[in-house]
Amino acid sequence: MTLWFVFALMTVAAIFAVLWPLGRAGSAARPRQGSEAVVYKDQLAEIERDLAAGLIAAPEAEAARVEIGRRLLAAAGNEAAPADRSSLNWRRAAAVLALVGLPLAAIGLYVPLGSPGMPDAPLALRSRAPDMAQSLENMVAQVEQHLERNPTDGRGWTVLAPVLQRLGRYDDAVRAYRNALAYGGETAERRSDLGEALSAAAGGVVTADAKAEFERARALNADEPKANYFLGLAAEQDGRKDDAAAIWRALLAKAPADAPWRPLLQTSLARVGGSAAPVVSDDSIAAAKDMSEGDRGAMIRAMVERLASRLKQNGDDVDGWLRLVRAYLVMGERDKAKGALGDARGAVANDAERLRQLNEGLKNLGLDG
Amino acid sequence: MIAETGHYALVLALGLALIQSIVPLIGARLRDPALMNVARSTALAQLVFCGASFVALVVLHVTSDFSVANVYENSHSMKPLIYKITGVWGNHEGSMLLWVSILSLFGGLVAAFGNNLPLSLRAHVLSVQAWVASAFYLFILITSNPFLRLANPPIEGRDLNPVLQDVGLAVHPPMLYLGYVGFSISFSFAIAALIEGRIDAAWARWVRPWTLMAWIFLTLGIAMGSYWAYYELGWGGWWFWDPVENASLMPWLAGTALLHSALVMEKRNALKVWTILLSILTFSLSLLGTFLVRSGVLTSVHAFATDPTRGVFILLILCVFIGGSLSLYAARASSLKQGGLFAPISREGSLVLNNLFLTTACATVLVGTLYPLGLEVLTGEKISVGAPFFNLTFGPLFVPLLIAVPFGPMLAWKRGDLLGAAQRLLAAGIGALLVLALVWAWAHGGSALAPPAIALAVFVILGSLTDLVERFGLFRVPFATALRRARGLPRSVWGTAFAHAGLGIALIGIVCETTWNSEYIGTMKPDDVARVAGYELKLDDLFQRQGPNYREMIAQFDVSRDGRAVSTMTPSKRSFTTRGASTTEAALLTRGASQLYVSLGDATAEGAIAVRIYHKPFVLLIWWGPVLMAFGGVLSLSDRRLRVGAPKPARIQPHLQAAE
Repeated sequence: MTLWFVFALMTVAAIFAVLWPLGRAGSAARPRQGSEAVVYKDQLAEIERDLAAGLIAAPEAEAARVEIGRRLLAAAGNEAAPADRSSLNWRRAAAVLALVGLPLAAIGLYVPLGSPGMPDAPLALRSRAPDMAQSLENMVAQVEQHLERNPTDGRGWTVLAPVLQRLGRYDDAVRAYRNALAYGGETAERRSDLGEALSAAAGGVVTADAKAEFERARALNADEPKANYFLGLAAEQDGRKDDAAAIWRALLAKAPADAPWRPLLQTSLARVGGSAAPVVSDDSIAAAKDMSEGDRGAMIRAMVERLASRLKQNGDDVDGWLRLVRAYLVMGERDKAKGALGDARGAVANDAERLRQLNEGLKNLGLDG
Repeated sequence: MIAETGHYALVLALGLALIQSIVPLIGARLRDPALMNVARSTALAQLVFCGASFVALVVLHVTSDFSVANVYENSHSMKPLIYKITGVWGNHEGSMLLWVSILSLFGGLVAAFGNNLPLSLRAHVLSVQAWVASAFYLFILITSNPFLRLANPPIEGRDLNPVLQDVGLAVHPPMLYLGYVGFSISFSFAIAALIEGRIDAAWARWVRPWTLMAWIFLTLGIAMGSYWAYYELGWGGWWFWDPVENASLMPWLAGTALLHSALVMEKRNALKVWTILLSILTFSLSLLGTFLVRSGVLTSVHAFATDPTRGVFILLILCVFIGGSLSLYAARASSLKQGGLFAPISREGSLVLNNLFLTTACATVLVGTLYPLGLEVLTGEKISVGAPFFNLTFGPLFVPLLIAVPFGPMLAWKRGDLLGAAQRLLAAGIGALLVLALVWAWAHGGSALAPPAIALAVFVILGSLTDLVERFGLFRVPFATALRRARGLPRSVWGTAFAHAGLGIALIGIVCETTWNSEYIGTMKPDDVARVAGYELKLDDLFQRQGPNYREMIAQFDVSRDGRAVSTMTPSKRSFTTRGASTTEAALLTRGASQLYVSLGDATAEGAIAVRIYHKPFVLLIWWGPVLMAFGGVLSLSDRRLRVGAPKPARIQPHLQAAE
């Protein structure tokens, strides 16, 4: 509303500028204005001054005086110009033009062109905007600007890179990781992060460049999980499923019990047909470590049965179903896996969201449809 | 709110300009003082609103409000403050807003200080100003609106063209526009005179100072632009006969002619009709310059954007104003009263000669600029008319003009004595011949035309000094008397001498630079040494540095001469990430009026870098000359006396002359 108020004030000021002389001239005496005669009189005075200052000689001054005097006479003859008149009707018309025409024209032109509803957005104010999505972008932009000026700030690059990666700006992330490596020092984590960004930029394919990075990372730290995982993935993508399974199994063996990436690893292992015991929780595996092969098999079977019966009572747990299907597959019992699949479908059929999750999970398992 | 207020202020300025272009005209016809006075208040209000609009755009740029499309496209939050401000007119929309702002400024000045003008003349002048203003307000609002908004404001702008991120942008366009638009005043006066059907003495009294002011700004603007191109584009050239440069040179030539003919008109009441025509032509050429630069017909640094609707709109404005004013001139000029008479050999006559040469030179530039364009439009054939054409046509026209320059001020008004003037210039002529002999003896290589050209320049300089000496009576009267006379001499006389000497000085610079320029072009590795014109430049180091919104590669040169270290020079190459562009920052080392000029090319893989090194003898004279000319103009402008040209009486009285 303030905006329209300001517009109104401006319009009034503009109208006033037109109306003021219209209302005023009638009363005020006519101001002194230049005319030919005035100029010539000034020129005559100027000649006297020049003569006095010695700038021109007397005969020349005399000649100039004669010339100007002649012009002055001619001008005086012309001076009988028609006197001023005041034409009220025209003044009224001009006033109406200002009062009506000006605002109409201004609004008529402004409305299609302007965006009166839009507030200003100076950058200083926008940086504090509360909008979360906006502010993440802002922060990234600010960090990027900071790094533009201080490109050797390794910590800055280290902070920025994962954010870029998550935002899907893989190429920028690659650059950021490279800079982090260059200015923040070389570590196995950074090497493998760079490799991950490289393969993300390549649409998930572990390219030769990416592989080189992972190998460098493993040279720095043979146990670096990400590098090992991706090297396994590279092997899988090359069609060397056994190598992949070997790498992953080794990794899984060394993995701490609470590593968040264990499920991912187990899934991957299942995909290449490696027979790690995927269903079992890590605690059980630790417990099972010392058991004999037969005991371990029995324990696993028992756990699978427990899972199956739990799911029969409560079928909402999509992850549970997936784990069960995977377990049967790993144990080589394809029929049971298919059966479980059918049950799972039946259990979540009423819930579109869960069904979608289930189908996606199955796809990952390589069990289509 | 600032953006929308600025936008609305611009719309209101248009509304006021429309009223200002109609109501005072009716008032002048009816002789109603109230209606005529509307012109004054609307002109002032228009100045306020247009100024407010311009200030609003500046504020938007400074606060980096990227919800405004113009700011988003041409600014960057990291840019230094000065470039945020200059970036306002570093783009098409903003520069057009600057154009109309200056137009409204001149209108406001006429309104504020025009009290000694006849009322009807003032009303007519302001009306005509308002026609021009209305056309350009409409052009801005419809085709190049700087206040358009973006619904989803981006977080960062696209940055200003890096070549424009320079102090030059703070000076060159405003100066040039003050010059271009300043000529609109004399145009408006000319049209007003044609409409009224009479030119009186008040007319001439007003036109000369306004023309002079516009001319000063245009001179400085062109000189500044030329120096900017010289150090920023990295080729060491200062004038390329580029159509855009010609577009500014043409109004300057016509404006210089106008300046001289307005002088005749004010002092002697002669050349009235011719002055009117020149006023129209000068402003038409200014408009043409705006059209050529802004329409995108020509591609150059100046063509910020190419958009056919803009070109068509400006072409329309051009046709209406140039066609309209020339038709009006054709219809009404014969009814204007002719002015005073004069003999062919007289001060007036010499100024006519000056006008003839200047307008012919202007016409050749016009042909050279427009012919390739026309040919391309008609046949699709691309030709380029460059330096050879202009050197062959422009040069021969300027030689006789320069020879005539010292004679002009020596001749008396109304009837002059050419022989007497020649006798008084004898010393200057002898001096010029001596210089010719000396230069010929000393100079090695280069064009055979160079020594005579320098002699000509010296003749012009000595000639303008002779004029001063004659007026003091130096060597003829006691020194103290001469000094007293020098102090009493009107500043306009000093102004003439300075401006004419500036012409000669610029010519010396031009000839020396083009003839004895030496250069070294090659790739250098660190510790390599290049030898140019007696200087040794050793590439000391190559390193990277981070600027506010760019990264630059700097080469450090140690300059020495005859084994003694002189200075270090650090040319650089800046790359701007936002625009993905790079600029060359040449390093200049000034030694007297000469300069060493180093600019960098591309770096090679082996750590070497391409380098261009020039030694330019007396190159700075090229710009000192125009500065001196402008200084002469300022001196003349500051002289508030009326200009009265006292004619020489018909019968010559030699003993009186001597007794002076």
